[in-house]
Amino acid sequence: MTIMNFTKTILKNLFSKPATTKYPFVKKEYPEGTRGKVEIDIDSCIFCGICSRKCPPNVIEVNREKKEWKIDPFGCISCSACVYACPKKCLFMNQEYTAPAPQKTTNTFTKGE
Amino acid sequence: MSARSIVPFGPQHPVLPEPIHLDLVLEDETVIEAIPSIGFVHRGLEKLVEKKDFQDYVYVAERICGICSFIHGMGYCSAIESTMGIEVPRRAEYLRTIWGEMSRIHSHLLWLGLLADAFGFESLFMQSWKLREKILDMFEMTTGGRVIFSVNQIGGVKRDMDSDTLKLFIKIFDDMKKELTALTKAFLNDYSVNTRLKGVGILTKEKAHELGAVGPMMRSSGIEIDTRKLGYSAYNELDFQVITSPVGDSYARTEVRINEIFQSIEIIRQAAQKIPDTELSLVVKGFPSGEYFMRAEQPRGEAIYYVKGNGTKFLDRVRVRTPTFANLPSMLEVLKGCQLADVPTLILTIDPCISCTER
Amino acid sequence: MTTQSITTISNENLISEVIKLKDEGYRLVQICATTVNSEYEITYSFALDYEFLCIRLMIPEEAEIMSISQVFAPAFLYENEMKDLFGIKINALSLDYQGNFYRLEQKTPYKNQ
Repeated sequence: MTIMNFTKTILKNLFSKPATTKYPFVKKEYPEGTRGKVEIDIDSCIFCGICSRKCPPNVIEVNREKKEWKIDPFGCISCSACVYACPKKCLFMNQEYTAPAPQKTTNTFTKGE
Repeated sequence: MSARSIVPFGPQHPVLPEPIHLDLVLEDETVIEAIPSIGFVHRGLEKLVEKKDFQDYVYVAERICGICSFIHGMGYCSAIESTMGIEVPRRAEYLRTIWGEMSRIHSHLLWLGLLADAFGFESLFMQSWKLREKILDMFEMTTGGRVIFSVNQIGGVKRDMDSDTLKLFIKIFDDMKKELTALTKAFLNDYSVNTRLKGVGILTKEKAHELGAVGPMMRSSGIEIDTRKLGYSAYNELDFQVITSPVGDSYARTEVRINEIFQSIEIIRQAAQKIPDTELSLVVKGFPSGEYFMRAEQPRGEAIYYVKGNGTKFLDRVRVRTPTFANLPSMLEVLKGCQLADVPTLILTIDPCISCTER
Repeated sequence: MTTQSITTISNENLISEVIKLKDEGYRLVQICATTVNSEYEITYSFALDYEFLCIRLMIPEEAEIMSISQVFAPAFLYENEMKDLFGIKINALSLDYQGNFYRLEQKTPYKNQ
């Protein structure tokens, strides 16, 4: 049993750079594979609806007639089940997470003719 | 005999990250009995399996708990694979082992931080969590998530680690080892830390067996059982010793967990050398039928994953017996006869995870 | 992997079987209830070192079973859990929470409707 075990660590921490980053001023760089938010390349979507059936929290809505693809980004659990399931590979994960917002919103993508 | 009083403890308490309620029967300052009650975060995830496809349930199984999420997913997948008779590719098994051991390191570091916080050593708490942050970054690099990984699937894993990543990880762990040694010295040798831990909350070997303790709680009482020795995933090809301590007090539990961190680093090093080059997952056809009890070693101890299939895509039953549930009787035992001031530390030494317990 | 044997026994033999296992040095691992049609299947799992075995009861919905908490002390938690979630009637519990072990809004949520 000894005392002053932690002194070395404390002194080292005192003279080294902080371990944290100044978040809003310095943006975090996400590694390549981070599952942030789901995005769609709507032009190659065929509106098959597999993603909405595979989605565990059921936040994706696909409307074949209106050529519409909807997601509730605040209900999304970023599991990328839809990305793996997509037959046309038009869904992908953006590294950045959904930004906080005062209201919940739905993102709608429509395919133009 | 002095008068008895009952002190309610929890569900909100500075030392408890999760809700559990205890009624402590006190005589002066000494605890005579403790009666637990839970159910503040019961979500009924086991019932959900009757409405979710067994392949999609992996996402639910992972979300039973945020700390042991990887092994929950892995345990569920392995149980299903056993009922279906699927032989998972070896590389997938090795990757599962590596990620599983990384979860163990991050869980134990989290626990060390919480323990330091419980006895009021704030800078030690910060230091532990600073190291844990590195592991979370490594998880994010390889799996894409920091807490929920979503890389397990029935029949294998979804993502690969290339050899450069593995080499980088070994290097990170080598550097981390120095910091870990400095950190653990403070836990094991510091005078004020030792006075809070040594001789407090002794659980004898006989009691630990009788009360069905699991994991580090059991091993620190001198019982040499580690379900990793059953050889699931790649553990049958890796060489490691079961870490035990004969003493059974809070200090022994800290010591066992600290040694397990170093052991996990060694296991990852071995796995990184032996990892074979095969495909990552198999295409699963058919539906599970029959039942299986999968025993997996969580950071907190042995967890049981019971699955029962009926040949359709919905399972009949999934049951997860989590380590904290099995450790509750031992926790009540060590609380008997302790001082009220030691209750927070003693509750923490079982490493409680209430979200797991209630599912 | 080690083998897993499941032995089905009758309701009356439960206590004697459990005492036999206790004498052999087994420890209780878990107790689990499953609804099978209108019956309950209750599985008691025990372990000795790395050995693992189960004994199983099949009981009709209204039947009462004896608690094994007098033999294996930790059983009271599992039995209270079964009582709260499935509504199985259990006699002679060492500590009976009267259905208040889990604080649930809806009582016995896993019971067969």
